[in-house]
Amino acid sequence: MSYEFDWSAVWDPSAWMTAIGVTVAYGVATTVAGLLLGLILGLLLVSRIWIARRAVSLFIGVFRCTPALIQIVWFYYAFPMALNINMPAWLAAGCGLTLYMAAFSAEIFRGGIQSIEKGQWNACRSLCMSHWQTMYHVILPQTFRRMTPAIVNQSIIQFKNTSLLSVVAVHDIMFTASALTSETYRPLEVFTFAALLYIILIWPMASIAHQVERRFDYRSSR
Amino acid sequence: MSVNFIEVRSLRKTYGTTVAVDDVSLTLEEGRTAAIIGSSGCGKSTFLRCLNLLETPTEGSMRIGGDTVTFANDKMASGEDQALRFRKSMAMVFQSFDLFPHMTALRNVSLAPTIVNGLKREEAEGLALKLLERVDLRHKADAYPGQLSGGQAQRVAIARALAMNPRVLLFDEATSALDPELVGEVLAVIKDLAKEGRTLLVVTHELAFARDVADTLYFFDQGRVLESGKPQELMSNPQTERLRAFLKRFQGPLNS
Repeated sequence: MSYEFDWSAVWDPSAWMTAIGVTVAYGVATTVAGLLLGLILGLLLVSRIWIARRAVSLFIGVFRCTPALIQIVWFYYAFPMALNINMPAWLAAGCGLTLYMAAFSAEIFRGGIQSIEKGQWNACRSLCMSHWQTMYHVILPQTFRRMTPAIVNQSIIQFKNTSLLSVVAVHDIMFTASALTSETYRPLEVFTFAALLYIILIWPMASIAHQVERRFDYRSSR
Repeated sequence: MSVNFIEVRSLRKTYGTTVAVDDVSLTLEEGRTAAIIGSSGCGKSTFLRCLNLLETPTEGSMRIGGDTVTFANDKMASGEDQALRFRKSMAMVFQSFDLFPHMTALRNVSLAPTIVNGLKREEAEGLALKLLERVDLRHKADAYPGQLSGGQAQRVAIARALAMNPRVLLFDEATSALDPELVGEVLAVIKDLAKEGRTLLVVTHELAFARDVADTLYFFDQGRVLESGKPQELMSNPQTERLRAFLKRFQGPLNS
């Protein structure tokens, strides 16, 4: 007995186009917002304000050690309830994922900042540069270059994690695939197609990032 | 006799129970060069780092020109308002160069003048080009540190220090990380600066260089200044067994 493929089951261009738009929007927005927040948290982690370090460590502990799926569901249902505010559903859905990204990228930035040789700080202090001038002109530019692979990696994970948003009825690629499956009973074709879409979206981003990384690698520029 | 420009009194630096610098006093007139020698771990680098305020001394006082800072119990006791000017009056060249690897040689030299001294970018770059010329590296202005030899990198670091227009230059074993054949080009630059009448404080392992260039020589041992004086006298007639032993070990370089 062999399976008869029926690729007509996936034929729904308008639904897929919308889904791609939603996935890309959430992927880009939660990644960028998560990275920015992560950078701020990472800077607090290496700051001299101990209470900030403690608070951020606690935040990272909580968000790294709970599944992204629970965070999404919790922010969607419980967070607006807990604060007794009316949050638009699209925002509530993205919040959990953004904070998840922030927690992981904060650790990446902290590690990156601390990996920069101590001599760089000494040289800057000797030249009378302030803490923030040193951070901005000398430490962070090197951190970004050094941590690019880790940041790209985490961003790819984040992009794929947007599929979890389908559980709170965000009409992304994953949601559309599930819906189409229950319509057509053709999971093999539909999910294969969905997987292909993710690959087509993410692969080019990863290779562009790799090229940017190589261009900025001043260490091998001899 | 002119008044001392640098005056360090009873400087101490301890880490827990370890004494790194023990009751060190040192004076230097403007335009003169002092060299500090001693075996590894004798506290000479720590002393220089204390002077540049990269380390906070445990106790003691330091004066450069009219700015005095004093320390007690691992804290600055007075001179807080003078500390920035104090540090600004000197610039340090490190053993490991510590150039900024993501910037060209030109930017390495012009960065601090721009953001610390408020020079316009063009002004700072003009200054940087002049200083790179001074260390014979104008043609490397657009090179990144990774593209420079150790000797070239260290000369860029010297230009970077000079760009802050310091009244004192500190050299912390500036040639120790260099391949032997590259040491000469860096020492030549330092020698020129001394001849120009700059005030230099040089921690070094190059005894022949110290003898030829320094006006005063300090021999550090276990955190203390064991002997000090004119280099020729100190080296030809050491008073302590420690210095005698130290010089003996370095006999080779001395005769070269």
